[in-house]
Amino acid sequence: MRHLLSTRDLSRDEAITLLDVAEDMAAVQEREVKKLPTLRGRTVVNLFFEDSTRTRISFEAAAKRLSADVINFSAKGSSVSKGESLKDTAQTLQAMGADGVVIRHPSSGAPFTLATSGWIDAGVVNAGDGTHEHPTQALLDAFTMRRRLHGGASRGRDLDGVRVVVVGDILHSRVARSNVWLLEALGADVTLVAPPTLVPVDVSGWPATIEYDLDRALADRPDVVMMLRIQAERMHGAFFPNSREYARTWGLDDHRFAQLPETTMVMHPGPMNRGLEIAARAADSTQSTVREQVANGVSVRMAALYLLLSGERGETR
Amino acid sequence: MRTVLQQADLERALTRIAHEILEANRGADDLILLGIPTRGVVLAERLARTVSRIAGVDVPAGALDVTMYRDDLGRNPVRAPHPTDVPGDGIDGRIVVLVDDVLYSGRTIRAAFDALADLGRARAVRLAVLVDRGHREFPIRADYVGKNLPSSARERINVHLAEIDGDDAVTIEGGDE
Repeated sequence: MRHLLSTRDLSRDEAITLLDVAEDMAAVQEREVKKLPTLRGRTVVNLFFEDSTRTRISFEAAAKRLSADVINFSAKGSSVSKGESLKDTAQTLQAMGADGVVIRHPSSGAPFTLATSGWIDAGVVNAGDGTHEHPTQALLDAFTMRRRLHGGASRGRDLDGVRVVVVGDILHSRVARSNVWLLEALGADVTLVAPPTLVPVDVSGWPATIEYDLDRALADRPDVVMMLRIQAERMHGAFFPNSREYARTWGLDDHRFAQLPETTMVMHPGPMNRGLEIAARAADSTQSTVREQVANGVSVRMAALYLLLSGERGETR
Repeated sequence: MRTVLQQADLERALTRIAHEILEANRGADDLILLGIPTRGVVLAERLARTVSRIAGVDVPAGALDVTMYRDDLGRNPVRAPHPTDVPGDGIDGRIVVLVDDVLYSGRTIRAAFDALADLGRARAVRLAVLVDRGHREFPIRADYVGKNLPSSARERINVHLAEIDGDDAVTIEGGDE
């Protein structure tokens, strides 16, 4: 693997390899010494053009636990705010000897441009680009599902037949997009639930069922319910009348949560808007995987950095 | 291709190593056998069974993956790691016997020392190998050797174990043939 730009171009076997390596990384996280010497002497740059403390510290922890040197570069107060282009930023990082670049950017496709433009030799990890993809989030979601379902016997397994309902702002959600493609590769059945205004115009090519009624989707007793965050910063239009109506119609409230089987996992990529898309009772229940997702995020990102940066550069597996 | 050890030879070698481990350790107290994936793990399990049978107490066996500690990661395509599995409550204060199939440059064992240090502090670390083929690049020596097999660097040593390969054998190929 040279770069990790999207889950759409991950094969089933590549995805399982990544999840299996993440299992090994998770085992390391349970030891007293949580650090591995594997990426000693390599430099990973966190290039964040959008604020995201959670994702950045997760990548930072992952890189540090593999002994890489980490440089955090955020657009605010940097050369970017003075009008520097992505090309010039990339060439600066190249000159500083970056081996890996973790990029978050408000424009869809920025990581792809960075990886394919020839500006930089480093391995590129997409940490969220516009409304396109957020592959490590989908990988940690799949990892969390696999661990809950198969426990210690997770290695080598896929998610064949697992029924996943993803609820919320599908239109703007790169988490939903990455999950749709990854879950399809792993054999899961995906149903997307959203207000019609928050479903992309053309989803005919997506390997997922579209549903507008949350209660109908939950009545099928899914194995996983994934609530997406209502991203107020992206709500520039009137997508739904008000937040109370959203919570009543598309939120996982106490009543809906009580109807779910006790085995159904409740997932949320965080940060949660409690009382809006998810009720506190659901978020704090034993069915909630929210904290596991955070812990697993470090393991999955360690696996991605390991697979991208540990081998001879330019070699494919 | 030439067969160096057949199934009976391999079994005898392992039985002898089991006796040697018990003799040197004066019993099975605090022993723990850790195999290096993939074939070292199978050998460690077999050795642990034999040691347990002779000593009449359970000697645990596990796996120690050294992939993340190798010094040649950047020179090769990416390797997928294997699980590490340390039985019981870790290696602190225990006598760890590392088990591998072939001892060659010694780089794997050097990596294993680093991996062990991250798991805890063993009271002592020993090394058991099925085949020692020479060509060391580090000052590392095995305590227990199934078969010394002086070889040319051009030759290839293949270890077959029933659990993985369907048969037990050690063969040598290439070189001047």
